[in-house]
Amino acid sequence: MSDKLSIIVVEPDRDRAMLIVDSLAEAGDYDIHVIAEVTGLARRVKAHNPDMVLVDIANPSRDMLEELTLASGPLERPVAMFVDQSDDGLTRAAIEAGVSAYVVAGLQPDRVKPVMDAAVARFNMFQRMRNELAATKRALEERKVIDRAKGLLMKARGMGEDEAYALLRKTAMDQNRRVADVAQALVTAAGLLG
Amino acid sequence: MKAVSLNVGFIPLVDAAPLIAAQEMGFAAEEGIALELVKAPSWSSLRDMLVFGRVEAAHMLSPVPVASALGLGGTGAALSAVSVLSVNGTVIGVSNALAARLREVGHDFAFHDARAAGEALIRAKPADAPLRIGVPFPFSMHAELLYYWLSALGLPAPQSVSIRTVPPPLMADAMAAGEIDAFCVGEPWGSITVENGAGELLLPGKAIWNFAPEKVLAARTDWAESEEALLGRLIRACWRAGRWLAEPDSRGLAAELLSRPEYLNLPVEVLERSLSGRMVINGRGDTRETLGFVGFHKGCATFPWRSQAEWIAHQLAARTGLDRDAALRAGGGAFRSDLHRAALVGSEADLPGASAKIEGAVTAETSIASAHGQLSLLPDSFFDGRVFEPSRGK
Repeated sequence: MSDKLSIIVVEPDRDRAMLIVDSLAEAGDYDIHVIAEVTGLARRVKAHNPDMVLVDIANPSRDMLEELTLASGPLERPVAMFVDQSDDGLTRAAIEAGVSAYVVAGLQPDRVKPVMDAAVARFNMFQRMRNELAATKRALEERKVIDRAKGLLMKARGMGEDEAYALLRKTAMDQNRRVADVAQALVTAAGLLG
Repeated sequence: MKAVSLNVGFIPLVDAAPLIAAQEMGFAAEEGIALELVKAPSWSSLRDMLVFGRVEAAHMLSPVPVASALGLGGTGAALSAVSVLSVNGTVIGVSNALAARLREVGHDFAFHDARAAGEALIRAKPADAPLRIGVPFPFSMHAELLYYWLSALGLPAPQSVSIRTVPPPLMADAMAAGEIDAFCVGEPWGSITVENGAGELLLPGKAIWNFAPEKVLAARTDWAESEEALLGRLIRACWRAGRWLAEPDSRGLAAELLSRPEYLNLPVEVLERSLSGRMVINGRGDTRETLGFVGFHKGCATFPWRSQAEWIAHQLAARTGLDRDAALRAGGGAFRSDLHRAALVGSEADLPGASAKIEGAVTAETSIASAHGQLSLLPDSFFDGRVFEPSRGK
């Protein structure tokens, strides 16, 4: 058996997988494989017989890896989840960052830590990107709804665009609601009334 | 009074209904608590959220706390099942190809006879390869029911049956891709497979075991014991939510609540099938009615019987080669009838006198000794008529 730690990264998105591999390569000299296909995940992992598996917590396929934690599972050696044997701080950081790791029982913590640190840093960045993307999307959708609500008001009340927006904003302030929520209510009501 | 906020994790399934109804219908508020319901992507991540304190309590597969007491599965902390949230509610489905072969061997898809369905399955399965069946998690009632059912009929695992984990949302895809021949899954995923034309339904889980504890309310044991008053409020809120769900008049509203984007985000019509027990079993729209397809209240459904946990421990021990007596002792303690009882004493809930029963012995609705004298048990028989005797202890 080679001395290099063998790591499997389960990640269907090719760009993300490459970023994770790059981060790990910077952290040390590892033998890294990426599995993108989730069907038959446990079988694929078994074929590589890795020391460690990294997987996104948000990935529902993670449950497939639980089979590996059974002593009678596909890996000959019992596998324990990383969180069993590491210090709580690192584990908590991993969970918050959204990464789970499965490692072969008995692996020295000092060999696992740099891998986890690199993975946690990378996943934290993914999390930020995910949040930013969601926020941007929401802002875009809200702007669209506000535009439609403005259009409805302009048509129904014969007012200008600025005036329509001022009315939406005033209503929102009076009712202690967000402009986007008032706009959504108006659009929904208009849809119902035909 | 400001409500105390509790983080409670759930998986988007029909049987998360007691937690969702507890929050949405005001049963939690009556107890002065507010449930922050956290949707989890997988059972393993939900279990980790519980172990590491991201949530105080969780909707959990009944065998998970038992398995963790036996040292199986990757958990660090001891977990306790403090209530049963639901009994039954799972369904076994087969691929279109296997359904066609079942018809060839003369199976009628009657949807209630586990022996007939199992024997047909044995005749229909390919002789040279094991039957591949998907379940949501290695430690699940789904897996236990399959092992029990098929081995009783002479189809032992792993020689003739290969039970593998497939996340429920991917079950229909795995079937279409030819990765599995059959599955056992919780609703709505059986119905969704039918809707997608990926397979047909063969049997409700209830046909194998009439009263199988399916999901439990789980908490970390140390938290449950140190926060018993707070836990008690949660147990009572869930108990009242279960009683509300058991009213036929509640079904429509319950389905509406579950269908919301923040919960299951699926069409009401599909969710109503399991709540009403009227399942559409194939793409031609054939329906089958199953009384008590999923239970939330009747027959003392929320009570975590020690004997239920012992049955699970017994099955797990037999399969993984653990010592039976030690497993029964450790696993039986994972269902905390004591905490459940303490939370409900003095409330309107009636409680049984005993905390263990002979599993499988009730063949017709039976009155039992209870605090208010109004309690009866529903049939809990196994399809093959065997019974399971609890250990004597505690």
